[in-house]
Amino acid sequence: MSLRRFLAALQARNLEFLRDRTALGWNLIMPVLIVMGFAFAFTTGQEELYKVGLYGEPGQHHNLEEFLSTRYVDFIPVDDLGRMIEKVDRHQLDLLLDLENRRYWVNSTSPKGYLLEQLLLPYKLQRETLSGSEIRYVDWVVPGVLGMNIMFSALFGVGYVIVRYRKNGVLKRLRATPLSAFEFISAQIASRLLMIVAVTVLVYVGTDLVVDFRMVGSYWLLFLILILGALSMISVGLLVAARITSEEAANGLLNLMSWPMMLLSGVWFSLEGSHPLVQKLSLALPLTHMVDAARVVMIEGAGFTEVASQLLILTLFTLCFVSIGSKTFRWE
Amino acid sequence: MIEAENLCKYYEGVKAVDGVSFSIPRGVCFGLLGPNGAGKTTTVEMLEGIKTPTSGEIRYKGEVLGRRFRNEAGIMFQHTALQEYIRVDEALKMFQQLYTKTRPIEELVEICALEEFLTRDTRKLSGGQKQRLLLAIALINDPEVVFLDEPTTGLDPQSRRNLWYQVRRIKAENKTLVLTTHYMEEAFELCDEIIIMDHGTIIAQGNPKALLTHHFDKSVITLPLYVLPDDFQADDASTLHPQDGHMEILSADVDATIRHLAEQQISLQQLQVRSPTLEDLFLELTGHHLRT
Repeated sequence: MSLRRFLAALQARNLEFLRDRTALGWNLIMPVLIVMGFAFAFTTGQEELYKVGLYGEPGQHHNLEEFLSTRYVDFIPVDDLGRMIEKVDRHQLDLLLDLENRRYWVNSTSPKGYLLEQLLLPYKLQRETLSGSEIRYVDWVVPGVLGMNIMFSALFGVGYVIVRYRKNGVLKRLRATPLSAFEFISAQIASRLLMIVAVTVLVYVGTDLVVDFRMVGSYWLLFLILILGALSMISVGLLVAARITSEEAANGLLNLMSWPMMLLSGVWFSLEGSHPLVQKLSLALPLTHMVDAARVVMIEGAGFTEVASQLLILTLFTLCFVSIGSKTFRWE
Repeated sequence: MIEAENLCKYYEGVKAVDGVSFSIPRGVCFGLLGPNGAGKTTTVEMLEGIKTPTSGEIRYKGEVLGRRFRNEAGIMFQHTALQEYIRVDEALKMFQQLYTKTRPIEELVEICALEEFLTRDTRKLSGGQKQRLLLAIALINDPEVVFLDEPTTGLDPQSRRNLWYQVRRIKAENKTLVLTTHYMEEAFELCDEIIIMDHGTIIAQGNPKALLTHHFDKSVITLPLYVLPDDFQADDASTLHPQDGHMEILSADVDATIRHLAEQQISLQQLQVRSPTLEDLFLELTGHHLRT
């Protein structure tokens, strides 16, 4: 491994990316536009129903029956009290009723919670107040969009580009020099990682200025998640590019990998409640782990230990794909 | 300098190169001549270490091709793209950093006449300018052996002459050159030694001028087809090779052939006589034309 040769290949790739204005603009503007679009789409058209979580058996407490038959209220039986309290805190549940202990939780900043509480006043239950701010859909979707942007940038920026180099003879020319496959591949990984980090930071700041999303966790941890996630995606791109010689085939294969990830990794909607098979399948996709980890850090402020398993999985994905990719790599 | 022994390259039943042996001495310009599909590029790419032979052996300075060869060889491929969005000077610098022993960029700019477009994007170069840049890149490690694979294919006559001038300058530095071409005049102009290939095998080998005199003591007489009667027969000293719109008569005795034409009252108004070229030699050896 020669650092000089590695840096030469790295710089050539960086210049190429920075000077390709259309691609660069697309990488920066698209994610901001997507998030803005969702922010507007979801500020109107709120759901009509009130949601009340019910903890314990409703049958034993006759005097609450009238409340429990209120129309336009969705009563959801729950068993994890702690998690449900968090949901009330984040406005995902309007009120939580503990039937056995005759108490309820309400968020003092939630208008819906206030109205439901008025209906409960005659029953003289014990009141527990929470005051967390609302989690909007846009807060939830931002980690997904960041992850998706990283995925596209990594898959196409590495996979497609290497196939193009192979097809137009750039790789053949480099092969005739002392540059080794390892030096070349490392330079491609490093260049794309640098670009992804720079673009993601810009997109993050730009999106935050536009929609002011929620970020309660550690920035360093989020950074680590995004780096490991980006590396795993780049290594998928390398795997695709290892042998293919046609740009059309590469394009097809990259689309075949990116679309399921976009739909099944929980970028746009939660997979909770989807078919168990879909949930299992989603675990095989690196994007799922990156988005899940980023989401719990940003929305819930999770710490390192809570996302350690995802970080480990992302690292394993990377090691596995890079080693297969460089073993099977062909210059021509 | 380079020894090739019994090289073969087969692709799914097609014998692209079939048992080719030759040796390239230090300091010569060695040409591989032949029509498209003769196996020139496949042969030269095996020499360059880009393709692995199906069988046979290649040695560079007595060693199998390895890191030493990659450090000491300069290659100009037939089709090469450079990375996009890179300027000429940046491309030179990038390739320079890949080698330990290098030649100053200013020298290459001078040799290959790159000055006027040094800061231009490589995608905006003309065909001739691009070939000059690729030649400069092939020379960046001050190589001992330079491979040029069809360096002037697709260039206009002026750019071709320019490139020949640059190749002669490199030759003058006593470097070994390996050149493939399907232009016989290019091989004749530049090469000290050639092999002529057809269908993956060598059909003639030697110094181009010596080859011509050895294989060929004939002259070429050309006449327009319309002046000849339909039943025209050649005399004993010549053979007929009808071409597009004209007839080429290869004659061992020009005087006798012209007398034969005159006897048949054929107009000699547009008759031309010229010395044979490598193209004629190829025709003679294979019965078909070089550029078909």
